[in-house]
Amino acid sequence: MAEVLEKEVVEEKVEKKASEPLFSKKNRKLISDPFNDNNPITVQVLGICSALAITVKLYPAIVMAISVMFVVAAGNVIISIMRNLIPNRIRIIVQLVVVAALVVLVDQVLKAFVYDISKELSVFVGLIITNCIIMGRLEAFALGNTPWKSFLDGLGNAFGYGVILIIVAFFRELFGSGELLGMRIIPDSWYIANGGFYSNNGFMLLPPMALITVGIIIWVQRSRNTKLIEE
Amino acid sequence: MQELINLFVKSIFVENMIFAYFLGMCSYLAVSKKVSTAVGLGAAVIFVLSITVPVNYLLQNYVLKEGALTWISTEFAAVDLSFLSFILFIAVIASMVQLVEMIVEKFAPALYNSLGIFLPLIAVNCAILGGSLFMQERNFTTISEAGVYGFGSGIGWFLAIVAIAAIREKIQYSNVPAPLKGLGITFIVTGLMGIAFMSFMGIKL
Repeated sequence: MAEVLEKEVVEEKVEKKASEPLFSKKNRKLISDPFNDNNPITVQVLGICSALAITVKLYPAIVMAISVMFVVAAGNVIISIMRNLIPNRIRIIVQLVVVAALVVLVDQVLKAFVYDISKELSVFVGLIITNCIIMGRLEAFALGNTPWKSFLDGLGNAFGYGVILIIVAFFRELFGSGELLGMRIIPDSWYIANGGFYSNNGFMLLPPMALITVGIIIWVQRSRNTKLIEE
Repeated sequence: MQELINLFVKSIFVENMIFAYFLGMCSYLAVSKKVSTAVGLGAAVIFVLSITVPVNYLLQNYVLKEGALTWISTEFAAVDLSFLSFILFIAVIASMVQLVEMIVEKFAPALYNSLGIFLPLIAVNCAILGGSLFMQERNFTTISEAGVYGFGSGIGWFLAIVAIAAIREKIQYSNVPAPLKGLGITFIVTGLMGIAFMSFMGIKL
């Protein structure tokens, strides 16, 4: 308890200083928290909607994570800059328009530079708009904080989201097709077709396994971090 | 007619919004603690999906698609506005939700009270935007196809959230490992339900 109090006092002091260092302890926490204690997917339960469907392979998952990172960080900054101008009643529409404009940008860039991936992600690029993680961070953070802090918060949350995406995609691609990023990991000679003993678990490629994989990730995380356990 | 029924069954069971595409997972997980609230949200989603998909279909075919503007003048045959579709779709959805909210409040206050905060939340439910985006991607040829698809997907979503809410009500009395309690077990149960729903694959009328 004393420790917590002390921390609060320290933080208050930092707040009072006019020029807070760019990477103060508090700001670093904004980035590091979403990795574990406050992970958007496994703790805040945000942004699962468009996340799981694109984790069959690692590469699209990475592209998706980067796209979301751009949209969250940029959206957070824009909304944070405008936060004193937006009337409270229409803020959801304003947020949706800002996010939709950013997603259109991402969509056009993906179509121009990585067309195959853009085809593979299909509607899920558009669904970044309604990704709850973005609206959630805009509502909960950007509306009440300065642009730099909102930027860090956006980055941190997008990282936390990307990490889960990449872990899920890693396991699904490895066990589902024996490859990572399209490169063969499990040797060809192991397969039954070539006289070996191994065959891919095609089940990993089907949608339900994404849910079960996330369930197991939550299990592992909460057994290590017991303060997250729900009553 | 047969095609429409086929599309209807397919959008409920085979291409279920939750189990096949994970759309609307956030509200699915957040609002599935009690069956009664789940029924309310599910009904609101059916309602909004069956309105917005046909409306967005009209928008897509008479405004956005390449050559869609020819009904104004033949000069516009080469205009392709499809890059605007995200913004327009989400605007339509947000305003439709607002409209539906006002209508329901006026004419069915009881329903309005039971839906409560869920109605505005639906604007950011991925299942709604997902329905419109799938409609765009699949190039439905008639408005009735789009309508049936929206209605069917809504019913599929409704079924999924009511089922998981019922399971979660029962699961409270089970001895789940502590770290899995709540979110973890819900994910795994949803996965298992998804496997069950996959047995509908290949059904064709």
